[in-house]
Formats: sequence, structure tokens, C-alpha cells
Amino acid sequence: MSTLVLESASRWFGNVVAVNDVTLTIGPGVTGLLGPNGAGKTTLMAMMSGFLAPSSGTVTLDGQPVWRNTEIYRQVGLVPERELSFGYLTGRQFVRANADLHRLPDAAGATERILEVVDMVEPAQRRLDTYSKGMRQRVKIAAALVHGPSVLLLDEPFNGVDPRQRMHLMDLLRRLGDEGRTVLFSSHILEEVERLARHIEVVVSGRHAASGDFGAIRRLMTDRPVQYALQSSDNRTLASLLMSQDSVRAVSLNGDHLDVQVDDLGSFAVELPGLARQHDVTLFELSPSDESLESVFAYLVAR
Amino acid sequence: MMNATIAKLAAQALLGRRRFILLLAFPVLLIGLVALVAALTDGDAAFQILPGLGYPLVLPLVAILAASSVLGPEVDDGSIVYLLSKPVSRHGIATSKWVVALGATLVAGALPILVAALVTGDTTRAFALFVGAAVAGTTYSALFLAVSAVTRHAVIASLMFVLIWEGLLGNLFSGVAWLSVGQWGLRIGHEISSELPDPANLPWAIAASVVVTVAGVFFAGDRLRSFTLRGED
Repeated sequence: MSTLVLESASRWFGNVVAVNDVTLTIGPGVTGLLGPNGAGKTTLMAMMSGFLAPSSGTVTLDGQPVWRNTEIYRQVGLVPERELSFGYLTGRQFVRANADLHRLPDAAGATERILEVVDMVEPAQRRLDTYSKGMRQRVKIAAALVHGPSVLLLDEPFNGVDPRQRMHLMDLLRRLGDEGRTVLFSSHILEEVERLARHIEVVVSGRHAASGDFGAIRRLMTDRPVQYALQSSDNRTLASLLMSQDSVRAVSLNGDHLDVQVDDLGSFAVELPGLARQHDVTLFELSPSDESLESVFAYLVAR
Repeated sequence: MMNATIAKLAAQALLGRRRFILLLAFPVLLIGLVALVAALTDGDAAFQILPGLGYPLVLPLVAILAASSVLGPEVDDGSIVYLLSKPVSRHGIATSKWVVALGATLVAGALPILVAALVTGDTTRAFALFVGAAVAGTTYSALFLAVSAVTRHAVIASLMFVLIWEGLLGNLFSGVAWLSVGQWGLRIGHEISSELPDPANLPWAIAASVVVTVAGVFFAGDRLRSFTLRGED
């Protein structure tokens, strides 16, 4: 059982603040680090894995600072986002090299066992540069797990992995979490995180925006008002009709379209077509104007 | 200090890249050229190619290629994290990689100089030049390893050191010999054959070679301890 603790950790590169005063405790089980691209997830991961010094604050593993501390890697397994450049090795050779670097007493046995765990026994004699993205990802995880670490850090582990492999990886990580290991993975995809992690930490623009159980985070995200851009044959009539609906919070005329703020997405979607037909208004276009994850995050931060 | 796994991976990285062909081309061309000139003129004229071209140019180039191949690409693309995320001494990693680079430099740099020099006749001066090349190759590989650990432009920086500092300025100002890896090697070789020049003095040449070698490898290890993973964001 290991715990990673960040205390008021910040990191800046010149004038750019990548991580801003983040205090986090990552304990056993699966934790998802969620945030849009460029939010500082990779910087946080680098600090937690001892590959970046915090500009201020501390990052510790079970009380030990991780920066310039080679010994932490006895407990830590790291799966970087970085591609493997050891294309000239076979999967088995690569995992075995990792086992050897840990000086495991039974490196050959450990290699075979972990290849079994990630379901890579069969392709293990092929060279890494012949692997698909999902296979490379699994070999990277095998290499990080070969010494049985109590902490596993994964940076965007599902990026570019096909859905079937993704399921497989998720099952694996869930199992590791259930075994009492501290598993932390980063992702910019909410669905990914909530399917796997019990606990979610949200970072936006280098700040720690939210923390908690995935249900709570999900509620925060779905309860926010959603903005739509709506174009029709008669915007003004439609605006007055929409305003009479409970699901709509605000409507404004904006050039050739309407900006509609919706509280209850479900009933809005059901009511709108009927309303338009009843009053002979033709709908041309309805598009969410802030559906991007970035706007969800922006809402979380502003809250 | 040595880590067999790291050394094995470094050797595979060195042999697995296209640069390796370049690494082999240099010694082959050097021996070929010397043999050709020896056949057309005489051994003494052919020998001049070695202190003129082989020793000051081919040897450091081979050292640059070897040192930058064992460390440079991994640092550049960040894949060295796969080695560094292990409880392995960083100085051990640097030492292991240096030993591989040194082996390559001796085999593809110093040894061909010996072979080429033997082709030209005189065995004593051939061995003298070989000893000089071995010493300089040792120092060069450590120095260039340290450079590879610091900058992405290791090859350029190392080339500038060899071509501008040791080559151009070294030819213009004799004082540069005091701070020239190649000249230290020659000074040590001079002890075996007085046909080699006598720049600087012997204790200095020995001490400086040792200091640069040890400091270079140590510094490379220290840089690896502080290796920083930069994200895309």
C-alpha cells in the first residue's frame, strides 16, 4: 500500500505556469486524472514519477521525495505516453530487460508471468516495431508491472487503443486496483475515466478543479446549463415559444440565429421538434455551441 | 558500476541503427586510402595521412557517432525514461553506455589507425600512434557522452569542438594543445616513438585525459539523475 502526496506543488517553465499549487493525495485503488489537453496532466505525471522537479511545493511517495530519488522505482511502475523506441527488440526481450534492470531473482519467470497477465504471450517473440498501438501499450504496461510495483502511473494509456483492447486494459487496471495497488491514469476523455476510476481528480489549466467520486463529478458536469445555437425560418417566434418552456433558461437573438441556454437537456430535445411543427417554424440547424470538454471544464473552474 | 543490461541495450542501439554503417565506413575508407597512397608512393608519405587526417578527424568523428548513438536518440525522444524509471544507479547507466561507446571508438577508430599505420611500415610509430589514439578515443568518448547528455545538438557541438577548436585554432595557436584531447593522446604516444609531436608535457597530458574522462562520465550520470520529462503540453 503506497500513497503519493502532492503538497502545494507548482511547476512553471519560464513564464508559463503548467501546474499551479496542486495538493493531492493518491491512495490505493484506481484514480483517474481528468483534464483537457494542455491542462498539465503530463507535467503532473512527470512530477509524480520523479522526472520533473516541482518549482515549489513537494511531491512525496510514502513520505520520500521522488525527485532525484532512484530508489522510488522499486515501488513505482511508470507507463509513459512516450512511444517505445526499442523497435529492434522483441516484446519478450523488452520486458525481460526491464526485469533485469530491477535485478529480479527470477527475471525469466517474472517476464513470462507478466506477459500472461497482459495477454501478450503469443506475440512476445515479435519485434516491437511490428506491434499495433494496443499491443505496444500492453507491453509497456507489462514492463512497468514486471517487478510488482505498489504504484502504477499511466499517462494517457488509452490513447489510440482500439475499443476491444481498451476494455481489456481497463479490466487489467481495475484488477490491479482491487489488489490494493495505487493506480493513477490520466485521460482527457470523461467516459474513459468514469468507466474505470472510482475516484477522479480533475485538472484544468494547471489547477486542481475538482476531486471526488465519479458520480459527483458526473453530476457537476451534466447539471450545468448547456448552450445551443439554433437557426430557423422564424427565429423571433421560436424564441418566444422556447421561453415558455421549463427546460429553457434563456434565449437571445444573435444575428441570424438564436442562442438558447438549456437546463434540462432531455425534455428540451423532446419538446423542440413538436413545438416547431405546431407553429409552422422550420428548424434549419441546431448545434451545441459549448459541448466541448473544455467548456465543461471551464464551467467546473468558474463554479 | 557497470550494468550489463544497459550495456547490452546500448550495444543493440548502436548496431541497430543506420549510423553503424557510417561508423564502419570511416575506418574502411581510411585503411583503403592509406594502402592506396602507400602503393602509389611510399610508406612514409602514406603515414602522413594518419596524423593529418585519420587521427585528428576520423577518430573524433567515430567517437562522436558512437557516443551520440548510445545516448543521444534516447534522450532526444525521451524514451530513456524506460531505463531511468528503474532503481538503477544513473552513474551506472552513464558508465555502461560509455563503455559501449568506448568499445566502438576503439574498434572503429583506434584499431583502424593501427592497421593503417602498420601498412605504412614502421611498427614502433604505428604502436605509438595507436596508444595515442586509444587514449584520445577514451577521452573523446567520455567528453562527447557528456555533451550528448546535455544538449540535443550534441553532434554539432562536438563537431565544432573537434573542427574549430582542435582543428582550426589548434593549428593556428600552439597553446591550444594544452586543451586539446587529440594533442594529449599524441603527447602520450610520443613516449613510444619520437616521430610523434611533443605538444604540452606528459604529466599534464595524462592528468588532463584522466580528469576529462572521469568528469565526462560522471557528469553524464549526474545529468541523467536530473533527467526531465517534458510533455507535449
